[in-house]
Amino acid sequence: MAGLMESTSPFGRFWSEFRQNRIALGALAVVAVIVAIAILAPWITPQNPYDLSNLVLTDARRPPGFVGSKGFTHWLGTDAQGRDLYSAILYGLRISIEVGLVAGALAFAIGVTLGTFAAYLGGRIEALIMRVIDLQLSFPAILLALVLAAVLGQGKGPLIAALVTAQYAYFARTAHGAASAERSKEYVEAALSTPLSPRRVVFRHILPNCLPPLIVVATVQIANSIALEATLSFLGLGLPVSEPSLGMLIANGFQYMLSGRYWISIYPGVALIVLIVAINLVGDQIRDQLNPRLRR
Amino acid sequence: MIGFIIHRVMQAFVVMAVISLLVFIGVYAIGNPIDVLISPDATQQIREDAIRAYGLDQPLWKQYLDFVTRLLHGDFGRSFVYNMPVLELIGSRLPATTELALAAVMGATLLGVPLGMYAGYRPDGVLAKTIMAVSILGFSVPTFWIGLVLIFTFAVQLGWLPAGGRGDTTTLFGIEWSFLTFDGLTHLFLPALNLSLFKFAMMVRLARAGTRETMLTDTVKFARAAGESEWTILTRHVLRLIAIPIVTVFGLELGSTLAFAVVTETIFSWPGVGKLIIDSISSLDRPVMVAYLMLVAFFFILINLAVDLSYAALDPRLRARRA
Repeated sequence: MAGLMESTSPFGRFWSEFRQNRIALGALAVVAVIVAIAILAPWITPQNPYDLSNLVLTDARRPPGFVGSKGFTHWLGTDAQGRDLYSAILYGLRISIEVGLVAGALAFAIGVTLGTFAAYLGGRIEALIMRVIDLQLSFPAILLALVLAAVLGQGKGPLIAALVTAQYAYFARTAHGAASAERSKEYVEAALSTPLSPRRVVFRHILPNCLPPLIVVATVQIANSIALEATLSFLGLGLPVSEPSLGMLIANGFQYMLSGRYWISIYPGVALIVLIVAINLVGDQIRDQLNPRLRR
Repeated sequence: MIGFIIHRVMQAFVVMAVISLLVFIGVYAIGNPIDVLISPDATQQIREDAIRAYGLDQPLWKQYLDFVTRLLHGDFGRSFVYNMPVLELIGSRLPATTELALAAVMGATLLGVPLGMYAGYRPDGVLAKTIMAVSILGFSVPTFWIGLVLIFTFAVQLGWLPAGGRGDTTTLFGIEWSFLTFDGLTHLFLPALNLSLFKFAMMVRLARAGTRETMLTDTVKFARAAGESEWTILTRHVLRLIAIPIVTVFGLELGSTLAFAVVTETIFSWPGVGKLIIDSISSLDRPVMVAYLMLVAFFFILINLAVDLSYAALDPRLRARRA
């Protein structure tokens, strides 16, 4: 039964091939676990790291394994405010994942719409849109995000706006490339010759056929926007201090690293790296599976 | 061909004009620099004098026009904070960034391309998998984090290398360089390594993907049939076929290093242009920000123009279509 299902639906086929790569499968499990513990953070952490009344300053900068005045063990130590790092990391993961997903989804929606319509409309509008996007792509995303974050100010909204502006172009470029190839195919001609509205043709006929490369870009870009957010927060241009993401936890610990108190920076960093690397490993496998040039 | 060049150069001018406008408006929106420049308890008179001295009392369009006029005269204004001409300020920081970027990109290419070709040649080998694992790390781990780990390992724990600064410098052609002294080299090593990891990963992937695809082509089949050794095939045929994208990326990366250097320079207190821009963003030093962004934009447009033109020169199909 399971075998039958696998051979019929495209997703089933995709999954059975994906499953054969143990590293990618493990990475997918890691991503799932991290997302799960980030969602469950309030229920599986010993303290709410953002509630200042919970923090005891005499517990500040204690090494991993220290038993704090509240009676529980700080398995990963505490930071400069006496925050339990394990709790802070889980809450930080929540923010990082949330920002990454929202920015990725918005960039996907804007970029894909722009790219697909440019390919559909053609002519001068297409040339203009793609020229702007090419120009933007030639500019490093991190510099763009840096400037925008500085211009727009601190906060979640401005940060997401900066990330989206820095990243939508990748989706637009990919969508445009795929949609241009689809545009000239006969089934699109056929659909356009019927009384279907152009919008329906674009979204229901062209777009689904452009999805494979877009999925690859989406995986990479979610990982990228998490990394970009961490970098901006590290440079002090990201989220406000009241909502420390992983990047800010690392930045706060940086000054103590030179005196050997490594855990304040290292552990949030490890959490960040594991998440990003796992997403990229999954993305790598998807890319290899969807690349027609590697199939003989 | 000449028509194509003129077309492209004019396009570059239009783009520069648009960017200058965007940059100016964007930077204008950041806070009020006058609050940073003078103390809050300064008298109203001092305040107004300062506003007039910096031209901040003019309407926005007037400020922009003045700005463009001055720009065309090669005058980028004076830094609010350092009180010296911006161009001179950026120029004094440029050698540090240049030497860092060159060291990073060269190192990444010289090491990344051979390793990537090997990984593409034997994609299932243990060494190839290790190379790819390292490249995935270099690709996905944020630069600032690698910098922290490098400082912690080599500067704090082992104490082998300094954690920041440029070290001793020597003057060559009237410019201070770090790489000519031993102390300077030890200071250069960690930031250059930090900056090069991302580029290394990129070179590895590019070389691997190219080699993998090229190894399946008829070129390689015929070369094998002709009895050429695998080494000859890799160095004489595959390397040449994958060289074009690698050279392109090398050029583009040299440019984007200017941007990535922002992070590395901040972590390692490397006194380059990147650190300057971060400092001027936090101190709202508008002329420096505007000049930096304009220079980076100019630089990128120049690189893109050069890439476009060299493609047109190299690829007869492009020449025919666009002429």
